[in-house]
Amino acid sequence: MESDEAAEHRMRTMVLEAFADTIIPGEKRGPDDAAIAGVDVGGGAVAGGAIDLLEDPAGGIAPALETICVELDEYAREHAAATGLDLDPDLPPFVGLPFEARTALIEKLTSPDHPDKQMWVGLALFCNMAFDSAPHMHTVDALASGHPGLLAMGYESPEPDGLWRFPTFSYGRQLADPHPSTTSTGSPA
Amino acid sequence: MTATESTDVLVIGSGFGGAIAAYHLAAGGARVKVFERGPWLKADDFEHDFKLGASYTRVFDFVIGDGMSVLGGNCVGGGSVVYFATMPRAPRFVFERHGSIGRRMWPAAISRDALEPWYDRVAEALPVTQQTWDRVPYAGGLFAAACHHAGRTANPAPSAIDVDMCTNCNWMMAGCRFDAKRSLLLNYLPAALAHGAEIRPLHEVQHLARNDDGSYRVHYRVVDEEDYRILHGEGTIDAKIVVIAAGAGATPVILQRSEPHLGRMPHAVGRYFSGNGERLNTAVFDEDRVREVLKLSRPDGRAYEAYQIGRGPTVASWDRLDGALPEFERYSLEQLYFPPALGTILAQVPDASPSWFGRGKKEMLRRWQSWLTIFTMSEDDNEGVFGPPPETGNAHRFSQQMLGHGPLRYRPTANTRRGWSLADADVKDILERDGLSRVMPWTNDLVGAYTVHPLASCRIGDDPATSALDDRHELRGHPGIFVTDGSAVPGALTVNPASTIAALAERAMPGIVRAAQDRGVAVTYGAPSPDGETAGRRAVAHLRS
Repeated sequence: MESDEAAEHRMRTMVLEAFADTIIPGEKRGPDDAAIAGVDVGGGAVAGGAIDLLEDPAGGIAPALETICVELDEYAREHAAATGLDLDPDLPPFVGLPFEARTALIEKLTSPDHPDKQMWVGLALFCNMAFDSAPHMHTVDALASGHPGLLAMGYESPEPDGLWRFPTFSYGRQLADPHPSTTSTGSPA
Repeated sequence: MTATESTDVLVIGSGFGGAIAAYHLAAGGARVKVFERGPWLKADDFEHDFKLGASYTRVFDFVIGDGMSVLGGNCVGGGSVVYFATMPRAPRFVFERHGSIGRRMWPAAISRDALEPWYDRVAEALPVTQQTWDRVPYAGGLFAAACHHAGRTANPAPSAIDVDMCTNCNWMMAGCRFDAKRSLLLNYLPAALAHGAEIRPLHEVQHLARNDDGSYRVHYRVVDEEDYRILHGEGTIDAKIVVIAAGAGATPVILQRSEPHLGRMPHAVGRYFSGNGERLNTAVFDEDRVREVLKLSRPDGRAYEAYQIGRGPTVASWDRLDGALPEFERYSLEQLYFPPALGTILAQVPDASPSWFGRGKKEMLRRWQSWLTIFTMSEDDNEGVFGPPPETGNAHRFSQQMLGHGPLRYRPTANTRRGWSLADADVKDILERDGLSRVMPWTNDLVGAYTVHPLASCRIGDDPATSALDDRHELRGHPGIFVTDGSAVPGALTVNPASTIAALAERAMPGIVRAAQDRGVAVTYGAPSPDGETAGRRAVAHLRS
């Protein structure tokens, strides 16, 4: 039997996953996956490790996650009411929103005139980072374990010592005329 | 309570402004201490790793303000450790700018010609070298080819990188693992240490107070080496001369916080901030069009797909650095690399809504290796103003490292926006020609505008109403306090500013040495280049008096 605390944590995680999945969407983990909307193929921000990153004490957003989820659900309820959407009572309200409504709500929360914009932009920034740079992991480990974001971006792997080197790096020829007024030091005049 | 130490010269910050001052004053015989709030890392400490807590987040600060976010160095060596080492000199017209104050912004004593010998000293010291086309990385080559196709010129930009040692890993924002980047850790700072200067990392200066004898008491806190949100002990040190070079995002904050102790600050402290008119565009290239239109091909057959390879910006287009054009309409365009996260979140997807997240953004990220980022440096309107300082430091630190919220407010004027808009159109014209790519500017809606070159928040000038420092970099009304970092630069430079910041610092040194002598410090001016070269010293010998 799941404790109340565990159930609450599970619900909170679902809300954060639904938010992260709206920033960089991915595919569902299974048929009962309500948090991930499943609008894209391959892993998105959630598979990239968004929850691990958000909960990393080094990031600074972890202490605010409870509040963030409560507020996100409250905004979701308002949004559903305003747009005539029915919410599944078994799901946290934000998770109950379809992908397009989640997107519309996040656009509103991160718009320049929203009073809490900074918080929502911060949350989005971390979700984006989980996908495109995996800062909760050593980059070498992330690549070795097939991190979905770095792989999708085609991020090159390092040499065996864990450092990147590109011995072949140049087209090797002049491709434009320099500015005619360039000075003898190579600077603009 | 520990006893107050004393020194002849206290230098706050160890970037260009601090390192150059520390070297010349120590070499001249003064007792010099350098307080740097960031850690002290060396080549072996610089990791290729995005993980929070790796060198990348330890040496960098990203301070989100209201309408402007500032990226800057936070380590011994300051910006020189994290920057891309592109070192052009500022074009001649920049020194004649009026901005919006109705008079020349720069002191009458400074022009491009007057600054040349000081630029030369910097070039000799780092050193700065010209780059050749055969070593330009793919991204620079692509930009050059696109410029040429559009009838524009493009230059490999002068740089403080030893290209023979460079691996083109593009991790230089995390510090150079290979010592290819000629940061201050390799020239001015070791030379200062050799002359007896002492560098204390993780020492964050909070405010200054004046002693009865005219010297200054500097109050600092010690920063935790892992979690910068935690401050440990505090202390004080007395100095006859204080050189503030904490960076344009921090120098004015220290002075604002000192106002109750020092008395009234010049009006321009914390005003006239410039983001160097910076603006970013990201293009996603069509690989087939790169091959067909530009005839580019890598040895492995790919046309481009090389965004990750290189060493930051290597090629710039200077066609709009034309003094005959109206002010606020001149800018340079520079090919740039930004790593994931800092370089991806603000990039926008053409014709998509939402433009910065969602399915479209993920699709854009799938083509990341075909990206090219173009950096505009234009003439902004010095519209940044610092609000009341936070309790400590220059930001409320949010993450254990790197991220914080600062008091800078920036609302771009029509002048600034005009320059950005012209540059955006130019970038689009060059890069979208014949279907080469699709391009969009970064959004300013999330964290405001974005600068890696903060300037002018405590600037030099001849007019006391609009400048905080006289033309010798002394803080008006507060003798013995000098400012030598990017905050002293009067305004946007239309090119990367490190070369100019360093040249101004070099130029300020004879005057600071004289001020130290006047305060009883046994010090002389005339040190050679940090590695012993003397051509630069000879060239400025007649300029000292």
